[in-house]
Amino acid sequence: MTVESTAGARKAPGAAKKAAARGSTKTSGSTKTRGARAARNAPAKPEIVQLLTPEGKRVSHPEYSIDLTSDELRGLYRDMVLTRRFDGEAAALQRQGELGLWASLLGQEAAQIGSGRALRDDDYVFPTYREHGVAWCRGVDPLNLCGMFRGVNHGGWDPNQNNFHLYTIVIGSQTLHATGYAMGVQKDGADSAVIAYFGDGASSQGDVNEAFTFAAVYNAPVIFFCQNNQWAISEPTDRQTRVPLYQRAGGFGFPGVRVDGNDVLAVMAVTRAALEHVRSGNGPMLIEAFTYRMGAHTTSDDPTRYRHDSDLAAWRLKDPITRLRTHLTDLDAADQAFFDAVEKESDALAKRVREGVRSMPDPGAMEMFEHIYADGHALVDEERAAFAEYQSSFVDSEGH
Amino acid sequence: MTAMPIVKAINASLRTALENDPKVVIMGEDVGKLGGVFRVTDGLQKDFGDDRVIDTPLAESGIIGTAIGLALRGYRPVAEIQFDGFIFPAFDQIVTQLAKMHARSLGKVKLPVVVRVPYGGGIGAVEHHSESPEAYFAHTAGLKVVTPANSADAYWMLQQAIQSDDPVLFFEPKARYYDKGEVNADAIPDPLHAARVVAEGSDLTIATYGPLVKVALEAATAAAEDGHSVEVVDLRSLSPLDFDTLQASVERTGRLVVAHEAPVFLGLGAEIAARITERCFYHLQSPVLRVGGFHAPYPPSRLEDEYLPDLDRVLDAVDRALAY
Ligand SMILES: Cc1ncc(C[n+]2csc(CCOP(=O)(O)OP(=O)(O)O)c2C)c(N)n1
Ligand SMILES: [Mg+2]
Repeated sequence: MTVESTAGARKAPGAAKKAAARGSTKTSGSTKTRGARAARNAPAKPEIVQLLTPEGKRVSHPEYSIDLTSDELRGLYRDMVLTRRFDGEAAALQRQGELGLWASLLGQEAAQIGSGRALRDDDYVFPTYREHGVAWCRGVDPLNLCGMFRGVNHGGWDPNQNNFHLYTIVIGSQTLHATGYAMGVQKDGADSAVIAYFGDGASSQGDVNEAFTFAAVYNAPVIFFCQNNQWAISEPTDRQTRVPLYQRAGGFGFPGVRVDGNDVLAVMAVTRAALEHVRSGNGPMLIEAFTYRMGAHTTSDDPTRYRHDSDLAAWRLKDPITRLRTHLTDLDAADQAFFDAVEKESDALAKRVREGVRSMPDPGAMEMFEHIYADGHALVDEERAAFAEYQSSFVDSEGH
Repeated sequence: MTAMPIVKAINASLRTALENDPKVVIMGEDVGKLGGVFRVTDGLQKDFGDDRVIDTPLAESGIIGTAIGLALRGYRPVAEIQFDGFIFPAFDQIVTQLAKMHARSLGKVKLPVVVRVPYGGGIGAVEHHSESPEAYFAHTAGLKVVTPANSADAYWMLQQAIQSDDPVLFFEPKARYYDKGEVNADAIPDPLHAARVVAEGSDLTIATYGPLVKVALEAATAAAEDGHSVEVVDLRSLSPLDFDTLQASVERTGRLVVAHEAPVFLGLGAEIAARITERCFYHLQSPVLRVGGFHAPYPPSRLEDEYLPDLDRVLDAVDRALAY
């Protein structure tokens, strides 16, 4: 397995130290990968799991394999295209002033669709604010995601409807919630799994490290799914870590694996294996999906201040959708009619999102005072009444 | 004298501090190459290097905890918390360590740490980006809490905060970042912890700070049109609070309205109302009234205009106080 097993990590503290030293001298992620691979002097297991090369060539891996029908492959393609289209539409709606902000997942479609489609309905997802593709897989209406970015609510959907928790903006918090939820699953004797999404930046937060600790000591059935998109706003991953992130798991006593996050097949294979691992009572697992944030951090960000177009160009060649399309074509699993149909469907989705967002009503002012407590609260009642009276004073004096 | 927005005044102040004192270091998320999400630290890493202007890992407890360590070693860290709502992972370090170490060492340890926090609402942001958590910190002994409302104060109060041997929470009214004002880098500034009368009046005092100073001044102008003379006090420092200046004002006017964006319940206004009632009981012609946020989470941005105390809400309180 391309994982850091607990035993392995315990046996080789020296190796871990060396890995750390390497990490500190190398700056680019890909150099680090090569260096680490070379140093592992024996039967060259690639450090990163890949089943579909950037050129769209199907390759095999000693530990992970996947066998999907043409139908399933086309499904993954459709998911990625629709997600990207929805995401782009939302970004456009932000530019038009219909949304206050948007956090684009551009470039991370394979990481999200590959993992999201590996889940069962009874599994539970704890997302950050960028998991639009996972939300799609869970059946959450894209319009629901737009509410908080438009500023009409703070999320508002029922997490239990699709087992997809509310977006969490405070970096890292949700990893603990996922762990606690998984502890509950375990106590219930269920075989559901929980998956917590987080970023490379989040890996520095205390909460995330505490989540690793809790999950490990309770053997909780939770997958920590890190999308290493190389950036935390303007800070590259080497501001957060000097070892590859997946190796962090070893120190906490559970396995970690790095997967090509732009390879939807590999992500799905690895996530399936991890689900099997946690379902079978083996405790948590860390997946690091190695990918790239192709867009700005959010629509408020200006990445030209801190990164070069040349980095983008290199990653554009690894585009997750292009490579699956090549693969589909090579397999004769999809023809032009299929691609056209998906295109048409994505146009329709974009239109629905556009119209849905534009017609999303503002909440009424009194809604501020709703749902603050489950059992009510006297002060809220008092302030609600006072505010209603204050508002009606305008109606009286100004006649509107 | 140069006119500059608050965001530039803070930048200029940080630059001056870095130039004047080699022990000053700036640290925080994205403060380096990006120059901060609001560009407050724009260009500083380029000019002073990445060992003085430090991009930190994404961990607020880590930022404040290591700032404490740097201060113990003789540095004067100026730490940035990216947004008000993200100070809470650092709450423990601030309240249990930063605030108390001087006392625990019986005065032997000094922690000249400045924590800069863009705060307040009105910028149309998603949740956790519009909060006013100042009362939590003013409630904690060992911390000083200040907040400028204009460019000159932003420049000078930050100079003074960095020179202070006590930890200072420096709350920056982000909705006012781009408001311009004169900055005279050769002036002799007011003391850091002094309040200031920014508009004189005789019928009522509005005490406020940070983002609402502007609103209070507009209220004073509007009230003048109705024949009411309103005085505005910019508190500037929330801990310590300059009750003497406020008392003198209320003794002149007999009425006090306190306005802040933070929730009214147990906010700064509550303490001010209690103290001023004690100090000015026989001068008061009305109860001290408060205008502020509700006992509700900061709402989605489409409702923030309703939530935030605006000109109408402040005038409503002014009218109610004058009606006594
Ligand atoms: C506790 C906290 N601190 C700071 C922020 C501001 N912030 C929002 S996103 C972000 C970077 C997150 O990077 P990463 O975890 O890699 O996720 P990505 O945005 O790349 O998906 C920061 C610093 C926040 N939301 N929460
Ligand atoms: Mg990231």
